[in-house]
Amino acid sequence: MPVIRVRDLSFGYNGQDVLSNISFDVAQGDYLGVVGPNGSGKSTLMKCILGILQPRQGDILLFGEAQNRFCQWRRIGYLPQRLGTLSTGFPGTVQEIVRMGRTDSPARKMRDTLEMLGIAHLAGRMIGELSYGEQQRTLLARALVHDPDLLIFDEPTTALDPATRDIFYSLTREINRLHGTTVILVTHDIGTIGQFARTLLYLDKTVVFSGTFVDFCASADMTGMFGPVSQHIICHQHDHT
Amino acid sequence: MELIDILSYGFVQRAIISGVLIAAICSTLGVFLVLRRFSLIGDGLAHVTFGSVALVLLLGVSPLYVTLASLPVVVVSSLAIYKLTTSRRIQGDAAIGIVSSIGIAAGITLASLSGGFNVDLFSYLFGNILTVNMTETLLSLAVFLLVAGMMVFFYSDLFAVTFDQELAKSMGINTGRINLMLFVLTAVAAVLAMRVAGIMMVSAMLILPPIAALQLSLSFRMTILTSVTVAVTSVILGIGTAFVLNLPVGATIVIFNIVFLFLIFTTRKLLQRIRKN
Repeated sequence: MPVIRVRDLSFGYNGQDVLSNISFDVAQGDYLGVVGPNGSGKSTLMKCILGILQPRQGDILLFGEAQNRFCQWRRIGYLPQRLGTLSTGFPGTVQEIVRMGRTDSPARKMRDTLEMLGIAHLAGRMIGELSYGEQQRTLLARALVHDPDLLIFDEPTTALDPATRDIFYSLTREINRLHGTTVILVTHDIGTIGQFARTLLYLDKTVVFSGTFVDFCASADMTGMFGPVSQHIICHQHDHT
Repeated sequence: MELIDILSYGFVQRAIISGVLIAAICSTLGVFLVLRRFSLIGDGLAHVTFGSVALVLLLGVSPLYVTLASLPVVVVSSLAIYKLTTSRRIQGDAAIGIVSSIGIAAGITLASLSGGFNVDLFSYLFGNILTVNMTETLLSLAVFLLVAGMMVFFYSDLFAVTFDQELAKSMGINTGRINLMLFVLTAVAAVLAMRVAGIMMVSAMLILPPIAALQLSLSFRMTILTSVTVAVTSVILGIGTAFVLNLPVGATIVIFNIVFLFLIFTTRKLLQRIRKN
């Protein structure tokens, strides 16, 4: 049973299609890279999957259950792009943010998660006082604290420096490999995603490519789209293990 | 007159009890409103309350039930603001402006139809908590218990929705239900605050204590507690000072709220300067 099954999904604003006829599956334990140009509908697709936006048509199954009847949301951890509230001096400590929306977060589990991400010493600090990297790690801790079966990262590294970005990507790969957690990483950085993702979904308002990285590298259509040099650079970085 | 003599009056007891309850309600809800950039909703709903009170007075409702009778229109208006803000084309402040304009226009028209601004309408414009009746005290208690219940049972969801609505939705939180609760309770709080501070100063009751508390950079829970403490202390000091110095009670309460905000703000600035040096 796939973790996510999307069939014929379409979504639009003001009569204009942002996504049309999207269909794909995400298998248990997969690391899926969702890529595409700006405005291709990557974030919109994730928001539809998470129930933040309502698609115009189509079906979404989460862990085999229709999304509108799904209620095991703690099985999913979500890390969005930068949040507007973080710059406004929101009165929340790291501890409060990590515990957010859950009434039964065990203190030990929270401490362990903060330690794993190297922010245990910040537990009592206000989120607004932290650097961007620390804020993202806090939100990552929030996404991880309940050992989710599926992690969705929506361009989480946009404003991170390269070193912090690499640490972040490595961490997601470790979580995927060691714990078998299914990971979906949305990014416009197609060059980097090859280092981590096993499968690829290339979007441009519709599905341009969906398959394994190996298929992507062997695809003549993709060669036509990216050019042989770019395709080689992307594929060269892919870790096939 | 001894303080104990003053406290023995039924109207003073009702004023203090209602004032404390209403202050606690407004200052709690205010934290969520300020953080979600709905600070001016109190102003907007106050204008609607003005229209609603003018309608109720025009219909000849007994003074005992004016507050209660004003509620439905204000609650519907609050929900209209919420509904308008969910539209992609109208921002929150514009939605408040639209509903506020309708309220004030309706109020002036209805007041004019009833033969101009009479004493009753003026008493609601400027408020006088010393005239609070038993129905209003009981209503304040009921709303206080509702807000307390909301804080106990939905604190975690309220925190998440205030932090980020989309993130809250992704966690399966019913953000629509949380918003509905918040906007309905805010409407009721605005009507109650009208009795304490008057229509002109409803938003002061909703936003001054949370803004004062937010200056201290405390945790979310402590911010709410500090906001309530500032509001309740202002009401008690305001009623006492107004009674002794024969000042308008609503305005005195608001002045104490401003004094607290000023003191907290300057203390924080001073501490920052000392730390820098």
